[in-house]
Amino acid sequence: MSRRSLPEINAGSMADIAFLLLIFFLVTTTMDVDTGLVRKLPALPEDEEEIIDDSQIKAKNIYVVLVNAKDQLLVEEELMEVSQLREGAKKFLDNWGKNPNLSDNPQKAIISLQNDRGTSYEMYIKVQNELSAAYRELRDREAQKKFGVNYTKLKGDNKKEIRKMYPEKISEAEPKNVGGK
Amino acid sequence: MSRFKKKKGSGTPAISTASLPDIVFMLLFFFMVTTVMRETTLLVENTLPQASEVKKIEDKSLCSYIYVGAPVSGIQTKFGTEPRIQLNDSFKLAADIQEFVASKREATAEEKKPQLITCIKADVDAKMGLITDIKQELRKAQAYKINYATYSSID
Repeated sequence: MSRRSLPEINAGSMADIAFLLLIFFLVTTTMDVDTGLVRKLPALPEDEEEIIDDSQIKAKNIYVVLVNAKDQLLVEEELMEVSQLREGAKKFLDNWGKNPNLSDNPQKAIISLQNDRGTSYEMYIKVQNELSAAYRELRDREAQKKFGVNYTKLKGDNKKEIRKMYPEKISEAEPKNVGGK
Repeated sequence: MSRFKKKKGSGTPAISTASLPDIVFMLLFFFMVTTVMRETTLLVENTLPQASEVKKIEDKSLCSYIYVGAPVSGIQTKFGTEPRIQLNDSFKLAADIQEFVASKREATAEEKKPQLITCIKADVDAKMGLITDIKQELRKAQAYKINYATYSSID
């Protein structure tokens, strides 16, 4: 075999080409993770009876949170600031029948949230956030007491146990259009 | 003696750049794998609200995005300033959401269908009326898992 040796290809510009591609992907890539509040919507009521069923719950086990078109908060028929909502909700959930006007126990307690069509999205998220924070704080406290770690660090059955103790029950009523657009 | 002198004159030897392409390729592959191309061009203002109790979305491919907000300044003469719904690349009405969710469901593998989630990316200035309409449509489409997209704030 007397094959003539092939001339070697110059690989010097390989790095340049790779750099070019690298810079392209560096620019187009988005590293941000999507974060948000996860909620589960209820199924549409099949008939009228299901709606009536809701009224069977004792009034003291429902924590009524109303937000109007001017982004004002009415909690249990009293005006409230968003900053107070977390404490208010915690007091309601963690009552264990002490105060006759608040919930019997966290399993029975339901937070009912109703907003106007004119409520701003920002306000709505703030309220949702405060309510979840109330649940999270109660769960964390219970998890600390029992397992010595925060709720989010728990796994499997332990997590289920705490979740069962403080189930997140936020119910949203059908919206009303009082304040106009 | 002459052997020692030779070395003195040459100075520091040049660093070999032969492995440079390898390093760059390694980085390149990393970015190629992690990159997610933005599929839609935003037609609406989209400043998300802040929240502290956020959860991360594990798999973005299971997400169908609904954008809500006022049209961006360039196209306001055509589409007005009232907040609107954007699905994929165009403005849609709330009634179109059912079809949008259904097409996403169609395109997903059977075993992943229960994990499908709808992300509502709404602007802070949007009103709840529009969001409520979206939620009602999602209930009709039986897409119950939703996520209100927010920026995470640590307080």
